[in-house]
Amino acid sequence: MDWGYILSVMVVSAFGVEAIVFGLAAIGVNMQFGYTGLLNFGQSAFMAVGGYSVAVTVIEFGFNFWVGVILGLVIAALLAVILGIPTLRLRADYLAIVTIAAAEIVRLLVRSVTFKDFFGGSDGKQSFASGFFALSPLASDVSLRIGPVALNNRQIFVLIVGWAIVFLGCLLVWLMVRSPWGRVLKGIREDEDAVRSLGKNVYLYKMQALVIGGMFGAIAGFVYAVGNEAVSPDFFGTDTTFFVYAILILGGAARVFGPVLGTVIFWAIIQGTDVFLRSAIDVGVPVISLMNGTQAAVVRFMLVGLGIMLLMIFRPQGILGDRKELALDAR
Amino acid sequence: MHRRMMAALGALFVALVALFALAQPASAEGETIGGRLENRAEGTRTPISGATITVVGDGFEGSTTSGDDGTWLIEVPGQGDYEVTLDVATLPEGVGLTDAEKVTVVTNVKPPTKNRIVIFPLGQSTAKTTTVWEQAAQLTVSGIQFGLMIALGALGLSIIYGTTGLTNFAHGEIMTFGALATWTLNAGMGVPFVLAAILGVILSGAFGWLNNAGLWKPLRKRGTGLIAMMIVSIGLALFLRNLFLFFYGGDKKAYAEYAGLAGWEFGPVSLTPTDIVSMAVAVVALVVVVLVVQKTRMGKATRAVSDNPSLASSAGINVERVITFVWVLGAALAGLGGLLLGFSQQVSFQMGFQILLLIFAAVTLGGLGTIWGAILGSLVVGLFLQLTTLVIPTELKSVGALFVLIVILLVRPYGLLGRRERVG
Repeated sequence: MDWGYILSVMVVSAFGVEAIVFGLAAIGVNMQFGYTGLLNFGQSAFMAVGGYSVAVTVIEFGFNFWVGVILGLVIAALLAVILGIPTLRLRADYLAIVTIAAAEIVRLLVRSVTFKDFFGGSDGKQSFASGFFALSPLASDVSLRIGPVALNNRQIFVLIVGWAIVFLGCLLVWLMVRSPWGRVLKGIREDEDAVRSLGKNVYLYKMQALVIGGMFGAIAGFVYAVGNEAVSPDFFGTDTTFFVYAILILGGAARVFGPVLGTVIFWAIIQGTDVFLRSAIDVGVPVISLMNGTQAAVVRFMLVGLGIMLLMIFRPQGILGDRKELALDAR
Repeated sequence: MHRRMMAALGALFVALVALFALAQPASAEGETIGGRLENRAEGTRTPISGATITVVGDGFEGSTTSGDDGTWLIEVPGQGDYEVTLDVATLPEGVGLTDAEKVTVVTNVKPPTKNRIVIFPLGQSTAKTTTVWEQAAQLTVSGIQFGLMIALGALGLSIIYGTTGLTNFAHGEIMTFGALATWTLNAGMGVPFVLAAILGVILSGAFGWLNNAGLWKPLRKRGTGLIAMMIVSIGLALFLRNLFLFFYGGDKKAYAEYAGLAGWEFGPVSLTPTDIVSMAVAVVALVVVVLVVQKTRMGKATRAVSDNPSLASSAGINVERVITFVWVLGAALAGLGGLLLGFSQQVSFQMGFQILLLIFAAVTLGGLGTIWGAILGSLVVGLFLQLTTLVIPTELKSVGALFVLIVILLVRPYGLLGRRERVG
């Protein structure tokens, strides 16, 4: 078995586009769930808003790429407000059900035949990212090899910009949560009524956290769209949201670097498992080679599910978290 | 404590693997293009036999006719792009493509796909005209039918929520379990369908017991929070769904018997015998459960626990016994719903997951934790889903239902029949 190849795939996946996309989405969910205790199960909808805003603005309206980015952020903020109005006054699980329903609505709309001319149906949208790559200072012959895996100049540019956004995002979150404003959020998570009795408008603070987290989701959508130079509707299913939660819980909720550490480890394990099983089947390792390729691809998703359960039961604070801080309970 | 939890989880895992070891993984040798022709007019699924399909591409040309169960399969020489054309003239009278542009489908066969599935959207031929009222009558009946299937899932979800406070995202997987268990017994092991269905319901109840005893009961004993348990249920759902996919593959499966029966005409409404039996069984099951909860000692205890677990406990009710009862009952109902749904939608690894949000919509609409609310909410959702297709495209009917869920929460968060108590 080629361990060098497996290892290099793990390294590339740990710092690849997917790691950035899910890391940014997890930073958003961390703001909502980790710090404020809001269960947003519709993060994939915000990611779809980001991705499709860029794609549709460039292809259908012929505007500049950056107009799409601004539009995406505005629509994500509006979506958060629309979802927040009916649910933020209710119990936590109501927000969960409404956001997951909203995410399905968004996915069904963008993949529908009815709006195919606009959103591209189940094929999605392609080739709209040239406005972004025009900014790249990298010459077209720049490339990077990590073992047998090679990255071209476009991929390298996406990774550099993507990780820069991730760290800027972390910095922003760090500045926000250490401010008095951030302390109110944590207070809401711990005891909403106590914060209310101090004269704070809990509803407004929750709404702000929901909007900021949703905008991080949209930014994740931008990186996804640009990194793949395409958007496809079925990426934005509920499983994507659940992966984001798995990443956040793994890294540690309510910790600034939790989502980053979570996404790096998550993608290394996920893609590593896949490559490991595939090469084990090729080599003919006993037991494992009883599986076919399709089954091997499913194993990693079983691992995600099992991982979410085991983490939540035995180590809900994840790697970086503080168990005392994470008083997750329904109120 | 950790060790016991691990042992319990391990037992759950081993039991699941053992249950599914009987299923055969999907496998195939050469590249093929195939599919199943079905008349999907108004929610029915009648196979179409004797229609001609032609595949052209890469210097290859082949054609076939669909079999009695509507399936067709053409072996192609290798990977590449192919054009698949359906000869509309060979379709039975009254059946046509719902999207005339889809008469030729361009597809490709490339790794990892070796067996490309091509679906032609078949339905009522536009040549045959029906009035809006006739359509509405058919849609009302199919809406009630779908609503009853939702109700079987929703009732279980609602009473489990009522007694334990758990919002169980893995409830859809219990429905899938019921359908897959029945299919395995029936199509895989040759057990007659009625017996397989009865065993399927019993196995689903046992699966519910296992869920509770292996996972939720230990978690309750540890004092795990409700939100944490909800996230655990998401992990369980993801795990189970992919476990089903692992052992059963991604294709849709039909039961060995009663597939593709001709519909009986009742005025404008056409129903297959399986539709009628499904509805009757669902109604009987719902009535029995409602009677059990309203009249029996155990049912009264259940309602007492829903109302106030500590008070019920201090009144001498064994709360854990009630919760076990509720889990077995709820899971058996969900399994029944899943296996009946297998008639109209066929059995697949994600059938329960796909219906889960509609179940949530139904339960929230009716009022979380109420019995009549779950049933009423389900019927409203089912009717709404079908009747809105008169105005909006069928592919967007779930959008309408989920949108209504959001609106209901805006104006009446405690649901239609829920008690007006503080939910915030």
